Amino acid sequence: MSVEKTYAEINTKIKAGKAIVVTAEELITLVEEKGLTKAAQEVDVVTTGTFAPMCSSGAFLSFGHTKPRMKMQKVWLNGVAAYTGIAAVDAYIGATEMHEDDPLNSNYPGEFRYGGGHVIADLVARKPVKLKALAYGTDCYPRRNLETTITLDDINEAILFNPRNAYQNYNCAVNLTNRTIYTYMGMIKPHMGNANYSTAGQLSPLLKDPHFKTIGVGTKIFLGGGIGYVAWNGTQHFPSMIDVEGKELGSAGGTLAVTGDLKQMNPRWLVGTSYLGYGATLSVGIGIPIPILNEEIARYAAKKDEELFAPVVDYGEAYPSFTPGNLGYVSYADLKSGKITVNGKEISTAPLSSMPRAREIAATLKGWIQKGEFQLTEPVKTLPSPADGFTAHSIKED
Amino acid sequence: MSPKRIVLRFGTDISVKPIVYRLVKDYDLVVNIVKADVNPQKEGAMILEVTGDQSEDGLNYLRNLGVSVQNLTQEIVRNDEKCVMCGACTGVCPTGALYMERPSMEVRFDGDQCVFCQLCVKVCPMWAMEVRL
Repeated sequence: MSVEKTYAEINTKIKAGKAIVVTAEELITLVEEKGLTKAAQEVDVVTTGTFAPMCSSGAFLSFGHTKPRMKMQKVWLNGVAAYTGIAAVDAYIGATEMHEDDPLNSNYPGEFRYGGGHVIADLVARKPVKLKALAYGTDCYPRRNLETTITLDDINEAILFNPRNAYQNYNCAVNLTNRTIYTYMGMIKPHMGNANYSTAGQLSPLLKDPHFKTIGVGTKIFLGGGIGYVAWNGTQHFPSMIDVEGKELGSAGGTLAVTGDLKQMNPRWLVGTSYLGYGATLSVGIGIPIPILNEEIARYAAKKDEELFAPVVDYGEAYPSFTPGNLGYVSYADLKSGKITVNGKEISTAPLSSMPRAREIAATLKGWIQKGEFQLTEPVKTLPSPADGFTAHSIKED
Repeated sequence: MSPKRIVLRFGTDISVKPIVYRLVKDYDLVVNIVKADVNPQKEGAMILEVTGDQSEDGLNYLRNLGVSVQNLTQEIVRNDEKCVMCGACTGVCPTGALYMERPSMEVRFDGDQCVFCQLCVKVCPMWAMEVRL
């Protein structure tokens, strides 16, 4: 008999401490043992997790007013510029902004030791952060400069707002050229000397809900060790199903914009990150609960590494030149095995996304739900799904 | 007798000379080349493990040739507080000293396999691999 559950029914069970919660990896085992129908009947919630560098991250900070008042025009946090064209004492610190004195790639490959992601990590670790601000002065905001030290607890608000996180799926990067390249996918050796990928595969949130049946605006999530919410679809949200000669190889292209109060997050799950020769960013821990409302949702949530595929892309020539196409698809089972075969050549693989941390997130979220501390929210608006057929535009040049 | 770990640095004139052969032949040393960067017309470097009664004589022979000889006192260590076990280092480690344990996908570091190339120090996104003096 097919199963139909509602959010209200599942939340009633969570409140009573009776909800059956499993991680996405545990669901796979359960489906193998008991079959999909039985697993879908038994399980109320499946938890997912991912911990990886996530560009398009940042935080809105509202510092509080100075005496006399100041309308900040330029702001630096530990020497990293924040955007303050929002309001007098509000700023947005972006994860990829570099320290003012960073040599960048002038000594190639640059080290990119300290950027906006590191500032956010320092703030959430409760380290003191130097705030410098300049202003032009107005009648109501006369002050022109400020140099002081702040901590996360000193300032009024700190709201993590990441416009594009939790990429549903991502390229496996190789290099067909004859020189080593330094990319946001790590260091890639020439002549396909290695291959890097960056997804948790069968634990990754959006791979487990490819049609966005349950993850939408307002979905409550694990974000940076605390509670967050899905704010909107992420930027560059172009969800699709990978179809190769009529065979479905999983999904790709979906992203999420997520937000939450930085003050209740944890430095273990927001880590400043540097990529040699590329830049700095922020690694973010995200876990999303998927309510098993019916068998179809369970079927996708139970997809395993063998059924989920990543495109292999040449970052030496094709990616930088924006040449479409790829070198084929490889399964996450193969990627995680440490070896893939591309164009007949066996290549060693390495992940940039931490599976141990992804598992820890899924297990933590599971614990919160089991204890009745974390209830599910029904989306107030669904996100565009593969059926909507959105595709990317590139910049038109004059 | 435990091996002596040494770092050799030398100019272009030495790059073409069979210095390791001499250590073995003339001083009866057991030589293990841990790492070598030797190219014609370029300055070079080697990390050696040498064992034998005449090791000090052998090293003096090198010094007399103009080779800089230093004890290898540095080692690569992992800062477990910083490591997030992503695995980025495992793709560049040339000896497999850094490797993924499967199926846990935890990153392991076997210091005995490390040849001190320091690639991991540069590519670790979290700066978790450190040089200890």
